[in-house]
Amino acid sequence: MNQYFIRRILIAIPTILAISFIIFAVLSLSPNDPMSQFALNPAVPPEVRENIRRSLGLDQPWPVRYVRWLYTLVTTGDLGFSFSARIPVTTLIFQRLPTTLWVIGSAYVISVLLAIPLGIISAVKQYSIFDHIATTFAFIGFSVPTFFTGLILILIFGVRLRWFPWIYDSTIKVTDADSLLLLIKQSVLPITVLALFQTATLMRYVRASMLENLPQDYVRTARSKGLSERAILFGHVFRNSLIPVVTLIALGIPGIFTGALITEQIFRVPGIGSLLVSSFNSSDTPVIMAVTIIFALLVVVFNLIVDVLYGFLDPRIKYN
Amino acid sequence: MAQSTLSLSGASAPLVLTREEEFVKRKPRTLWSDAWNKFRRHTTAMIGVGVLLFIVLAVIVGPFLYTRSPAKLDFGNTKSPPTAENIFGTNHLGQDQLARILTGGRISIAVGIVAMLVAIFLGILIGAIAGFFGGAVDGWLMRITELFLSLPVLPVLIMTIYLFREPLRAAFGLSLGVFFLMVLLIGLFNWMSVARVVRASFLSLKQKEFVEAANCLGVPTRSIIFRHILPNVLSPVIVAATIAVGEAIVTESTLSFLGLGFPPDFPTWGRMLFDAQDYLSQHPHIALVPGALIFITVLSINYVGDGLRDALDPRSLLRG
Repeated sequence: MNQYFIRRILIAIPTILAISFIIFAVLSLSPNDPMSQFALNPAVPPEVRENIRRSLGLDQPWPVRYVRWLYTLVTTGDLGFSFSARIPVTTLIFQRLPTTLWVIGSAYVISVLLAIPLGIISAVKQYSIFDHIATTFAFIGFSVPTFFTGLILILIFGVRLRWFPWIYDSTIKVTDADSLLLLIKQSVLPITVLALFQTATLMRYVRASMLENLPQDYVRTARSKGLSERAILFGHVFRNSLIPVVTLIALGIPGIFTGALITEQIFRVPGIGSLLVSSFNSSDTPVIMAVTIIFALLVVVFNLIVDVLYGFLDPRIKYN
Repeated sequence: MAQSTLSLSGASAPLVLTREEEFVKRKPRTLWSDAWNKFRRHTTAMIGVGVLLFIVLAVIVGPFLYTRSPAKLDFGNTKSPPTAENIFGTNHLGQDQLARILTGGRISIAVGIVAMLVAIFLGILIGAIAGFFGGAVDGWLMRITELFLSLPVLPVLIMTIYLFREPLRAAFGLSLGVFFLMVLLIGLFNWMSVARVVRASFLSLKQKEFVEAANCLGVPTRSIIFRHILPNVLSPVIVAATIAVGEAIVTESTLSFLGLGFPPDFPTWGRMLFDAQDYLSQHPHIALVPGALIFITVLSINYVGDGLRDALDPRSLLRG
């Protein structure tokens, strides 16, 4: 198991490197000049501008700059300095990251808890009324863009019913039961938007995978041995169905971050997604670069977790 | 069918055809007519086709029949609810929403279709090369595909738009520049699933006798790839293409919704939602109509894709 784990991590490292290289290349090949702000400033003569350029290492070819950037990042964890917030990017990201992970994490847990039972029932009672309703719901949930779900939820539960606040207040500190309740209440809508989409997607996978396994020979064998339906369903069919589902979850992970970016924008959740959008609007290049890489890193890390789960679920996978 | 063959026969021909003759005279069944017969029975897919045809016709013909300007400001009549005068009401600048929906729909759907073409082109090219040549080429191309699959698409899209928007605007003008950028980028991040499907089919098809025969006849490699093998891969590609249009429309709307896509004078549906956000609590209709249209369009496309998948490719149960 340990060997398998180490191997997966060793494969993940070049992926992260390749992604950061692509992002850095795109950034460097773009015609935007980071010195253009100085060009407009009459107090900065061209020769001073050249000196600044040289002192920042911008006269070097970009592959050299990439290696330097990477070296600094690995040795000191330095991602640069935000133009607009005037603090190190790392500080800024660590302020924002917990909120994003809290919203994405809870949405994901909820959607797994909902999708698995719904998918199982839907598959076992195929073509029943429940199945029809559930598959239609899944199809709609999968098709409706997250920003539209967000607006509809705000309209119904925020504006009309006034059950939940629709603007996320990041100043709430959890000190007692009341503030915890407040935090949960304001997280309900963003988490619901994400969970709805995820549940719909996952449910379709679980159902399809269960349907593929139910008519297999090993199920008939289990039945003829006299096992209870429950044991057959959960001990045999479900465990085998999970294997492709886990693979598909891994493929869907970049999509979760897309959804998170939108919900953060709609509900003004101060996570790293809304940081990316606001840095876009304030032309804060170091932050844009750093957040994109953090997103890529998160995707790779989650994929790693799923891969490890995969090895755990499918004993046929060799760990060596 | 029997009647039509009868009426075609001349005076000297026998009036009653034997069963064999009738069988021979009957229009031959082709792969596509079979698929159409199957597709026709998929109720939701047929409804989807109807809705899509209506929307596409409306945005193509609509602006000619409904001649009100989508850009004309009317500050005496802002945020009007739907009336006989303005069927979908007006927005915060008093612009007629129906006119904006019609012109905006043109852009949204055009982006969807052209971005799909870009994605399919890239997917077929990469998949065909990887599958046909195999070996090291295949290994590298598939590694690149996996890399793209694990990129957080939206953050990378946002970063790239940030970097390339200004120069493209300067080169192609405001609207055309953004259009090119959107279409190319959305296509560039959406070819991976097509490439995988095409590659898998190529791997098995290149071993078949007809390819060997073509090889022996001295058919050039390019013709073998594109004229002999590619037509056999069309069914899954058509399904993927349908889904890709929906995905591209959602991606464009998402970017415009975040305020990072088209400028305000190009009322794509996503951009209209972005502008309507601030008036959501008082005047929800401004947001609801464009939002619902995105939703209905994407839902219809997905249902059509579902129907096509059943009709063309009955074995694939699992692909979400």
